[in-house]
Formats: sequence, structure tokens, C-alpha cells
Amino acid sequence: MAKDEFNTGFKLVGTRPNRPDGLDKVTGRARYGADMTMPGMLWGAVVRSPHAHARIKKIDASKALALDGVKAVVTRADFPTGLTGEDWNLQENSMAGDVALYDGHAVAAVAATSALLAQDAAALIEVEYEVLPHVIDVDDAIKPDAPAIRPGSADHSVPEGFPANVVRYIDYGHGDLEAGFAAADLVMEKTYLTEATHQGYIEPQACVGQLGADGKGEMWVCTQGHWFIRQMCSAILGLEVAQLRITASEIGGGFGGKTMVFMEPLSLALSKKAGGRPVKLVMNRAEVLRATGPTASASMDVKIGMTRDGRMTAGKAVFRMQGGAFPGAPVDSALDCAFANYDMPAVYHEGFDVLANRPKAAAYRAPGSPMAAFAVESLVDEMCRELGLDPIDTRLKNAAREGTKASYGPTYNKIGLVETLEAVKSHPNYAEPLGPNQGRGVASGFWFNYNGDTAVSMAIAEDGTAQVSVGTPDIGGSRASLAMMVGETLGVPYEHVRVNVVETGALGINEPTHGSRATFATGKAAVVATEQAIAEMCRRAAAEWDIDPDAVEWIDGSAQPAGPNAGKFPPMKIGEIAGKMSTTGGPIAGHYEGFPDGVGVSFGTHVVDVEVDPETGHTKILRYLVAQDAGRAIHPAYVEGQFQGGAVQGIGWALNEEYVYGEDGRLQNATFLDYRVPVASDLPKIDTVIVEVPNPGHPYGVRGVGETGIAPPLPAIANAVAAATGQRLRHLPMTPVKVLEAIQAGQDG
Amino acid sequence: MHYHTPATFEDAVKIAADCGGVTRFLAGGTDVLVQMRAGAVIPNDLIDLKHVPGVRDITRTPEGGWRIGIAVSGAELGAHDALCRDWPGVVEGMELVGSTQVQGRATLVGNLCNGSPAADSVPGLVAAGATVTVTGVNGSREVPVAEIPAGPGRTVLQPGEVISAISLPARGVNGGDAYQRFIPRTEMDIAVVGCAVNLRLDGDTISEARVALGAVAPTVITVQAAADAIIGTTLDDVALDALADAARAAANPISDKRGTAEFRTHVSGVLAQRVARLAYTRAKGAEK
Amino acid sequence: MSKIHVTTTVNGDTVEFLADPRETLLDCLRDRLGLTGSKEGCGTGDCGACSVMLDGRLVSSCLVLGVEAEGKTVDTIEGMASGDDLHPLQRKFIEHAALQCGFCTPGILVAAKALLDQNPDPSESEVRYWLAGNLCRCTGYDKIVNAVMDAAAEMRGAA
Repeated sequence: MAKDEFNTGFKLVGTRPNRPDGLDKVTGRARYGADMTMPGMLWGAVVRSPHAHARIKKIDASKALALDGVKAVVTRADFPTGLTGEDWNLQENSMAGDVALYDGHAVAAVAATSALLAQDAAALIEVEYEVLPHVIDVDDAIKPDAPAIRPGSADHSVPEGFPANVVRYIDYGHGDLEAGFAAADLVMEKTYLTEATHQGYIEPQACVGQLGADGKGEMWVCTQGHWFIRQMCSAILGLEVAQLRITASEIGGGFGGKTMVFMEPLSLALSKKAGGRPVKLVMNRAEVLRATGPTASASMDVKIGMTRDGRMTAGKAVFRMQGGAFPGAPVDSALDCAFANYDMPAVYHEGFDVLANRPKAAAYRAPGSPMAAFAVESLVDEMCRELGLDPIDTRLKNAAREGTKASYGPTYNKIGLVETLEAVKSHPNYAEPLGPNQGRGVASGFWFNYNGDTAVSMAIAEDGTAQVSVGTPDIGGSRASLAMMVGETLGVPYEHVRVNVVETGALGINEPTHGSRATFATGKAAVVATEQAIAEMCRRAAAEWDIDPDAVEWIDGSAQPAGPNAGKFPPMKIGEIAGKMSTTGGPIAGHYEGFPDGVGVSFGTHVVDVEVDPETGHTKILRYLVAQDAGRAIHPAYVEGQFQGGAVQGIGWALNEEYVYGEDGRLQNATFLDYRVPVASDLPKIDTVIVEVPNPGHPYGVRGVGETGIAPPLPAIANAVAAATGQRLRHLPMTPVKVLEAIQAGQDG
Repeated sequence: MHYHTPATFEDAVKIAADCGGVTRFLAGGTDVLVQMRAGAVIPNDLIDLKHVPGVRDITRTPEGGWRIGIAVSGAELGAHDALCRDWPGVVEGMELVGSTQVQGRATLVGNLCNGSPAADSVPGLVAAGATVTVTGVNGSREVPVAEIPAGPGRTVLQPGEVISAISLPARGVNGGDAYQRFIPRTEMDIAVVGCAVNLRLDGDTISEARVALGAVAPTVITVQAAADAIIGTTLDDVALDALADAARAAANPISDKRGTAEFRTHVSGVLAQRVARLAYTRAKGAEK
Repeated sequence: MSKIHVTTTVNGDTVEFLADPRETLLDCLRDRLGLTGSKEGCGTGDCGACSVMLDGRLVSSCLVLGVEAEGKTVDTIEGMASGDDLHPLQRKFIEHAALQCGFCTPGILVAAKALLDQNPDPSESEVRYWLAGNLCRCTGYDKIVNAVMDAAAEMRGAA
């Protein structure tokens, strides 16, 4: 499958070594957010609103403070005022001000000498509410008479006269849309709905924060990005950024959900009020589901024109998304992804970011792309069925390729969509015969991938081993892939490289492990830093040999004389150069600070076979295949792991996961019992094909691989259910209740 | 909260009667601890019954039935071959409660006393005609399992009363029972509908039957009309249709986050047919 | 609300701690004994991250009170390896890349060992159903199942 135009004589890249943190993680030694205790530590608990929308009339903490061992209570009154923009949003989300905006919104927090005492004290804090009208559904929230949730949140993009809860408006496109539809033999327009889902990381948010009266503080926290935590906490609490030192723990999953703050600022505020004693805050699962970022729910109209032979002539997408009581539903990226798979002469996009009385949406794996894929890839399948066209051939006919002007603007460099379509077409799964009540679905998906602020420092140790200091927490094996790239570049064994995720005091700013960027951006930065160290080692050797540094090459972990001097001196090994660095000029190191360019987008195509029980509407996944362009797989096992994990999150989204609200606006399923993520027995093997169309923008051809895989499952499964039952479901999740209703409606009609 | 470890049921009920506040009996703890964790119920007194001798025992009664201790876990029930041979439907209902881990602790009596209309082990017990021994300060009495639930989260037990044992009748010849539930996933969910059937054959003809439905009414219900629909038949298609109709007619479910009333009603009939077929097969001795 | 003195055996060692009767065995392992390998993912018995063996039976330690451990035997992830020798399951999990974030891994290893101790030759389906109460959100379970099957084969001497 490899289509390498690069050197393929790699020693490490493409192999499957054991991950460096494996031993700690199989023995229980790895330390996650809640595993830390500190001397003098207190335990915190948070009081949360039971109402979807309520004015906070009074908070009385006197009974809590009267308990022996209760050290501090904080409310919004303990936070600075006058914040604007996203700082204001984050402060409001961390702790409600005058109004609680969703069920689970924090209204007060307490610190005490034990966890039980803190919980008892929290239960004694009396909050008086005036319940306000609330709105949950995106299509309800956009109605003119919906309760206005947070006046002043709309940005300049919203035209005058729009409904109060529309806080961002987007419209763009290119080509002649009407001419495109006029050229089509079939124009279809349908509405698709998706419900909010949660990232569902198994580790709840946890931190230990400490802040003194001198404004200096530190924190241990499970996060995808500790520089983000530092910046957000500083802004929310009015601190000087560099006075906070944040250490990222091992992280028990994030999927985008741990890229912003929730209760972290509260631990610092409590600590300061408790005389600077560290305060540990650990969420329980109900708090995670009620008060940390789910993704948006969406209501989407899509219209596509297609010729009889399957050529797509025009596409229009109008998306409405609610991302909770704050701006930030990923409607922009959803629209950008909508038609990204296709080379279409005319596209138009319109988007509405809408407020509702729900928790502030956080990023979730390819934010917006799964919803967009569900709508567009379902409609493409509906049109293929209507016209009697093969779903893969139709996608191949319209597939974006190198040189295609993307629906969202830029022109694609080298991309691998066609290769993923060809890979699934020739895979044995695609030829498996299907039985009664079984159906097959195909869909493709897209993610941009991302670079972001990146700082890396690497240094050679006295024995010639290498340390690499990075700022992107390792969430799925990035320490392995980074060590492999550095080892490959340096010409040393994988085991001789130690990659450390270091605290904020050790490097310039780093964006989180998000946007599928760690192996791409941190990897590229680490290679640049390693090349600097190599250049320095070549200079040290040249000085010793008394030749020009340009006449020294670095080969297989050694400096070697080159050109006219070739063979004059024996190779000088890294260990030798390192061993005497103190006398040859001091430390040998390299570093990178910047915004690595050359991001490569990633496409994937999935094929799923399902069987639907016609008597109960239950959908069983029989076979599942992922083919995705990785650019190059540094560690193929962890690339497969990303494909499989993304596919299964998508399966959950398609079939069972959703936020269920009661009439009272309260979340009804804030447990893993009723927020139903897929369990092992729900699933078959997840087959994978790693397509490799190397990214010319990365020294080893890397594209990000983490996110694309969650988008295709939603439409692929909907398409398979349609094939199995003859019924099209346009509202996720496709629960047995909905599938059975569709089957019965089909029988009646 | 005070934690007690009485050595007899008599002591247990005395402790419960003497303390005025909220009390909970603890066996497997898989419901009590969840309620405590959620802050829904924090008892003043928690009375751990696992120190009472015999509560982990499964014994054959002189009449050929079974007496099961109140702290026997699902995993222990499932490992008891003779009991599984006699009452596979009772055991499979219990084994559907929670995960493998929960099976290590959860008990039949706990599942019953939690009072959920969706409790997976209760329809099988009801269909089997199981009874429990209720012990109070004034002594003990036998009560059919079917009479214990009083509504969602409630039982007929009075404060200071505790269930001290559960009894299954003798299986007898040519009998078979089965339980199935419908859930959205394959494991780990609460039943959207549950159904148990216990029947006996005379040749190929059903001579006795009991049908119980879960999660379609405030308590697990016994559906006499469903049993009548198959008694005297060989479970032919006509009988199966009548069975499904009777089950659907008896179902009186609510719509909630786990399913709609229409769905539950429909699936009641589907499950009744599937479970009756399985029980019939077992009664024929064709399958465990 | 006085605390209760508990003596129990954890990973072969006799240990003592004082427990509030409301504290779970998981709380006591983590906060009283410093054994933080067992994780709390839900507190309701729905995720399996806190799996331990209690008197040889697989349980969720979040659904056991600390005071109930009096006189019992508890085995946790910290006791799974023998010194430097990893249990075959631990080794296979690393080799098969059966963990990403690793948070669910201790509970899954404890649960998988409990399965193999009673059924050395499980089918893939049996592995999947046994582990249904152990949620993993990173891997899609594929490589976990492979690792368990491979460890079982090795332990049977069939690898």
C-alpha cells in the first residue's frame, strides 16, 4: 500500500516497538490526575445547579463553614470581574455568576480536610434559585420566542434581527450554485439531526492546585494541554501567567474534552482562600457528564445535485448547532468538512452557532466533522440508491485529488482519498455475502489536521543517549512515535531516546495534544531539534579532526569525514562525542519554537455490515473496515489503534449515545449505565488498512491520524441500516426504538 | 453512619428496629453503595448481613427444591451445576444483572429488594413460583416473591423486616424455564423489557405455565392470560400469536429514557414468544 | 462517625487502616494504602476500572465498603507481576499495543486474569462478554481482545 516517494530504508519508522510507558501502565504505577497527593493537601467538592436555567438569589455557606475541618468556600464573588470574550465564557462556565445556565453548572466550591467532609460540607451550602425558562433543543433555541440565554454573547458576524440565541453566523461558498443544480438530473434535499454525545474518557477530570497569596502557584492536572490550562486559569483568576507552573499527569483519555478548564480554576481559588494549601478536586462521573464538554447537537439541511451517471454538480449545507450556553459549537469546521471529500463546481455553506441551556461544548475528535459526514454522506447514499449507482464508484468519480480546489477554499496538495476508496473496494470484507436483514454501508470522512504553537527541546546526555522535552501530553502513544523519529534521525536505537512531557516552566508555549497534531507537529519540531544537535556534534568532530564542519556527515549515529577527507578518520560515535562534550564546548542540544508548517489532511473510507432484528430494531455490527490515509505510519500499531478507537466512538454515536433531557431541562442519563458507550461484546473485530500517501510537509511523511476515523461511522451505519431495512434514518442515534418505528412505518406505508 | 455486623437475622432486625433513622441492609451492596455514592440514600445505620452463618449457602430442601442464602452472588449461583440444571431461567436472569464484576457481589434478594420493575432476576423467580422468608421482630413468614414488590423502588417489607432466605420449589419432571430481556447494547444495560416463562409438558403439550413480564408495569407482573394462551398447546404458531397478544395486552408501560411505551408493548410480545420457545425446548430436554 | 479499624491482606501483605464506614474499598486502597493502580471511572460499577479480586472473586472495588474487607484477601493490579516478571497478560498488552491512555488497563488486566484463571481457553466471544463491564474508550477493544487471546494461548503452551 505504501506509495513512498521518500527514503524507505528506515530502521525504526514503520516498526512496532513496545511503548516506553507500557511497563508503568500495566503495573498500575502510571500516575494519573487523581493519583497525586501533596503535603498539607485539602479535598474539594463542587456545588452544582440542579436547574437548567435559574437566577442565583442567595448562597449561604455558613453551615458548611461551621463544620470542623472545612477550610474554604468560594463562589463567583471570589473571582475578578470585567473579563471579556472567551476569558469571560470560561470564567462563567467554571463558576456561575448571577445565573446558572445549565443543569450541573458550578455555583460554589468547598475545601476540607477529607473528601467525605468536603462532600458533606457541599451538601450544607444553601443556594436559593429563581427558576427561569429554559431551552434545550437547537431548533427550539433558534425560534424568536425562545428564552434569551446569555445576552451579549453574539459576535459581529450575526446580522441584526437574528434570534437572540444565535451568537455566530457563517456563510460562504464558491461557484454558481443555481447553475449546478440546474445541470443535475436529480436534486435531493433532506434534513438530518444528531444528538449531543460525550467524549466519554474513562478518567474523570482531576487536579491538585496550589496558589499562594504571592500569586505563585502550581498544579498537577490531567489535561491534553497544560499551557492552555495555565493561560485559562491565569485569565480567569487574574494571575500573571508565568507565575503558574502546571504539570500534566498521565492522561486517561481526552478526545478533545480535556483541552479547556472546568474545575481547575476552582482548585486554585480554594487553595488561595485556604492559606495556600494544595486542593485536590476530582470529578465523579455524573459531574463529568453534566458539566464537562459534550459535543454539539445538530440540525442540518443538505441539498445536492447529481447527474444520472453520478457526477455531483452542486451542494448546499445549512447547519444549526447548539454548543451549550456559550458560543463555540463547531459549526464552522462542520461546514468546512461537509463537502471536503468532493470535487464539486459549486458549493454554498450557511451556519448558525446557537445557545441552549446545556454545558459548554468542548472539542470532540474532529469537531463538527461527524455531524457533517452523517448529513452529506447519507444524502449521497440516498441519491446513489435512487439512481442505481455504486456508492464507491460514485465517490471515486467525484473524489477530491491533488490539485482539487477544496470546498472550504484551499487547493489540495497530495491527498489519499482515492486510495482509501480503492483499498476498501478491493478488501475481502467488501465481497462478503450478506444474509437476510443484513446490509452494507459505505462512507468517507475528512479532517484537516493541525499544527499549532510548538516548542521542543532535545539534548544529548553524557553517554550518547538522548532526551526530548515536549509539551504535548501523550494520549495514545506519542512518546513512542516521537522516540522513533528522533532515534531514526539520530541513528541510535529507540531505547536510547527518552521522551518527557515536561511542565510549563520548561518550554515555550505549546498547544495541547489536539487537532491530530502531536506526531505531526511535535514530531517535526523534534526532528528539527535533533538535526541541530547533529550539526553541533558534526562541528565537535570537525574541530577535533581539524577539518571544515561542512566536510562532516552524520551517518548511523556517528560523525564521519566526507568529501576529500572521507576515510581519513574513523567514524566518531555519538557516545564518544557526548562523553567529552564538557571539554569540547559544553552541552549539546537542539530546540524548536514555532508553528510547524506543512500540515497534511487525512481522508478515510469505512465499510460496515450490519444485521437488524426486524422484531426489535436492534442493530448488530457484523463486520467493520477502516481504510485511512496516515501519510506514513510511524508506529503502525498505534495508528491502527487510532483508526479502531475512532470507529468505535463513531459506532456509539450512531447507535446508542446521546444526551437525554427531561422536560425540566435536567440531564437524565448522567451515568455510564444510561449513557451507553459501546462495550466489548457489542463489537466485532475492527479491520484496518493503513493507506500511506506521504505528506510532503513532514520529514517522515506524517499526517495526523487521530480524528478522521470518527466521522465515517455515522453515515456508514445509517447507510447499512437503510440497506438492511429499506428504511432511511435521518436522526441519530439509531436506537432500537427509532429503527423499529421506521420498520413499522415502512410496513404500514 | 454506623456499620453493624450482626451474627443472626434476629439480631439484624433488632438493630433495625432499635435505630430510628434510615437503615439499609447490606448483602452484595451493588445498589446500596451506588445510592450512597450518589447521595440519594445515606443510611444512619448499615447492617451487613454477611456475617450471619449460612447466608452464602445453596441447599437442597427435603421437598427437592432449593434454599438460597441471601448473600449468594450471581457468580456463585451460576457456578452451581445442579441448580442451573433445575432452574436455568432463574439463574440466567440473575446472571444478566450488571457486569462480571457486579456478578461477584450482586444477590437475588438485593435485586428483589431494590424494587426495580426492570430487575432481571425477578421475572424468573416469579415464574418459578419462588418464595422468600421474611424475618421480623415477631418471627418469620413465607411470602411469594411476586408479592414483594410494591412499586418502583418500593417493597411490601415493613421497617425492621428483612428477607432471610429465598426458596425455589422442586423442579419436577418435564419442566423448563427461561428468561430474556431486551437491551440496546449486548450487556450492561437495564432491561427495557424482560420476560420469563416457566412451563411443564405432558408429552408435547404444555400442561402448566407461568409467564412474567418485567419493565412494563410498576412491578414485575404475572400474566395469566399469556399462560392460558399456551397451556394445552404444543406452542404452535396460533398459540404463539395468542401469547404475544396476551403479553402486549397485559403490558402497561411508561415511556422513559430507556424506551417508549409503544416499543415496550411491542417487544413484550416478541420476547414472550422467544422465551416460551426456549423454555419449551428446555422442557423437552433438548437444551439446558 | 468514628472510623473503624480494618485488618486485611492485600497482595499477600497484611495491612491495617482506619476506614470511615462510608468509604469504599477503592477509596481505602487508593487513599489509605497508596495503591492507586485501581482507578475510579464511574463509582457505580459500570466501567470496571476499579476491578480487584476479593477472596478470589472479581469485584468492582467501588461497590465494596472498605470495612467489608476485614479479614479478607484482596488482590490488585499492583500484585499481578512477580517482581520483575510480568504476568503474560501484562506482557501481551504491551506487545499488542492493547492500551492507549492506559487508564482502563489495570482493571482490564485484573478482570482478564480472573477469566483465564477459570477458563484457560476462552473463545473471542467469551472474552468480549466477560470484559463487557470494562469500558475502554481508546482502543475499540480490538487489540485488547487479541492480547488476551494471545496471552491465553501462551499460558496454555500453545503459542
